[in-house]
Formats: sequence, C-alpha cells, structure tokens
Amino acid sequence: MADTTLAYAQADPHRLRGIAHAAVAHAGPAPKRIVTGFGFWIFLLSDIVMFSCFFATYAVLVDQTAGGPKGAELFDLRRVAVETVFLLLSSFTCGLANIAADIRNRFWFQVGMAATCVLGLAFLYLEAREFADLVARGAGPTRSAFLTAFFSLVGCHGLHVSAGILWLLTMMAQVVAKGFRADIGRRIMCFALFWHALDIIWVAVFSVVYLLGSKP
Amino acid sequence: MSDQALEQHRIDLAPGDEGEGGVGLRVLGYVTGLGLALLLTATSFFVAGTDLVWQPSIPVAIIVLAIAQMGVHLVFFLHITTGPDNTNNVMALAFGVLIVFLVIGGSLWIMANLNQNMMPMDQIMQMQR
Repeated sequence: MADTTLAYAQADPHRLRGIAHAAVAHAGPAPKRIVTGFGFWIFLLSDIVMFSCFFATYAVLVDQTAGGPKGAELFDLRRVAVETVFLLLSSFTCGLANIAADIRNRFWFQVGMAATCVLGLAFLYLEAREFADLVARGAGPTRSAFLTAFFSLVGCHGLHVSAGILWLLTMMAQVVAKGFRADIGRRIMCFALFWHALDIIWVAVFSVVYLLGSKP
Repeated sequence: MSDQALEQHRIDLAPGDEGEGGVGLRVLGYVTGLGLALLLTATSFFVAGTDLVWQPSIPVAIIVLAIAQMGVHLVFFLHITTGPDNTNNVMALAFGVLIVFLVIGGSLWIMANLNQNMMPMDQIMQMQR
C-alpha cells in the first residue's frame, strides 16, 4: 500500500495531484440557479454597455442646442427627486419580495411585488408628464440634437421600466398559478436583478443628465 | 480527502444570491442599503443646488456621489461581493466597467479633439456654397 502511494508520487513529478483532487471536487455542471443567474448577469452588463453608448451620445451632444432651450431651463429638479425616491423605494420592496419568495411566503411576496408595481407606475407617470410638458413647450425630441439625445437616453430607461413592470405582473400571475417552483424561483431572481440594475442606471441618469445639466 | 473535497465544493453564488443569514439579517441588509442610497441621493441633490460649496467642485462631487451610490446598490441590492464564491460575477462586472469607460471616455475624447480641430461651422457652410 505504502509502495503504491510512493510510486504514484514519483509518477507525478510536477505535484499535480492537488489539482487533480480539485478537479474531482468541481466535477459536473454548476446548479441551474447559478448558471441562469450568471447568464442573466452577463445580459445585464451588456444592457449597461448599451446604455453607456446612449450616455456617450448625450455627453457629446449636450451643448448642441441649435439655439433652443438648454437643460437648465427645462429640468424640474423637484420632480426628478420624487421620481428618484419612487424608484429607490421600488428597488427596496422588490428586494423584500425576493426574500419572501426565498422563504416561500406567498402573501408577502405578492405585497412586495404589488408595492414595486405601484411605485414603478408612479415613476413612469411622472416621467410621462415631464415628456408631455417638454413637448407642449416646443422642446420635443425634434427641436435640437441635445433634446434628441435626452429623449433617447431617458426614454430608453423608461422603456426598460415599462418592460420590467410587464415582467413583474407576469411573475405575480405565475406564482398564483404555479406556486414557488424551482423555475419560477429562477425567474423571480432574474427579475430582481433586472429591477436593481435599472435603479443603478437611473442613478447615472439623474446625476449626469439632471443634476449636471441643471448647472447654467 | 473527503474533508478537502467538501471544503472545495463550496460552489459559486449566483449574482443576487446571498450566502448565509436569516430573514431578519437579509431585511436589515436591504434597510441599510436603502438608508445609504437615500443619504447619497439627498447629498447629491443638495450639492447640486447649494451655494455653500466652491462651484467648480460640484460636478466632480456629483460624479463621485453617483459612483458611491452605484457601489451601494451593487453591494446591498445585487449582493456582488469580493468573496471567493463571487469571483465570476466580479470578473464579469470588471469587464463591463472596462467597456463602459472605453465607450464613454473614448467618445468624449475623440469628439472633443475633432471639435477643436474642425473649422468653425459658418466657414464650412461658405465652402459648400
């Protein structure tokens, strides 16, 4: 017995045995929850890269107002602050709904998701009001390159929030119809990631577009 | 061997998943994140409108506060940590951040350069006549 161990050690001059053990320990695919979550994380990062292109366009075009209004004349910071608080609170309630899904508590899951939905809709309502006001004042997306970039960037974020709300309602319905199955759990996890990522992008939007843009 | 295998079988975490901890601890994490995020948001809105701060420093302060708040969101809401079970998530994030900086920084740099070296617009218009 001792001889065979010795022989094995000599046949392994580069001391690779530790690596072989590690390979055994890691054998087999990772659990599906990790594969799904990681894949969705990659998608979110690609989405953030896409947003970075919109941000770069906006930053390049921010001074090209073609004689039209500048951001400082258009933005209402109080409304933006309220929008920010709505989205931040919705991220919080979404996290609570995610915890409730993990412990399989249907009631608190539905309450958390409903609160997220209401806060998201309030955010979208304020944003739609802002867009309508701007268009009514003649500062629509066709007015100048600056306004085109502004509407594309903020509108793209708003579209993401709208899609998120549709997804949210789907998840509420699926939990009612199918319960907390493993695949539903993975979808809830992906939805929570998506919603939190939207909040991160909104932080960049309100800082770069509204706060920096409100400086004369 | 078996102990070692168990030790090494602590698999990766999915992004958004937390390690251990009861419900109370997890809720507390979200409350902490919400508090910090609200604090940073309030600070940046305050800084943007105040006269108390040296004016040229305000854009830098707003950018720094925004990056800090994104960090808070990543840690407390998305649970991206520096732990060994999170290596894959952090590596993907680092690559994403690299691309974001290249796209934004590169665009601004190139376009500012072009803008400086380009003939003024009225002269271009005259040449086209």
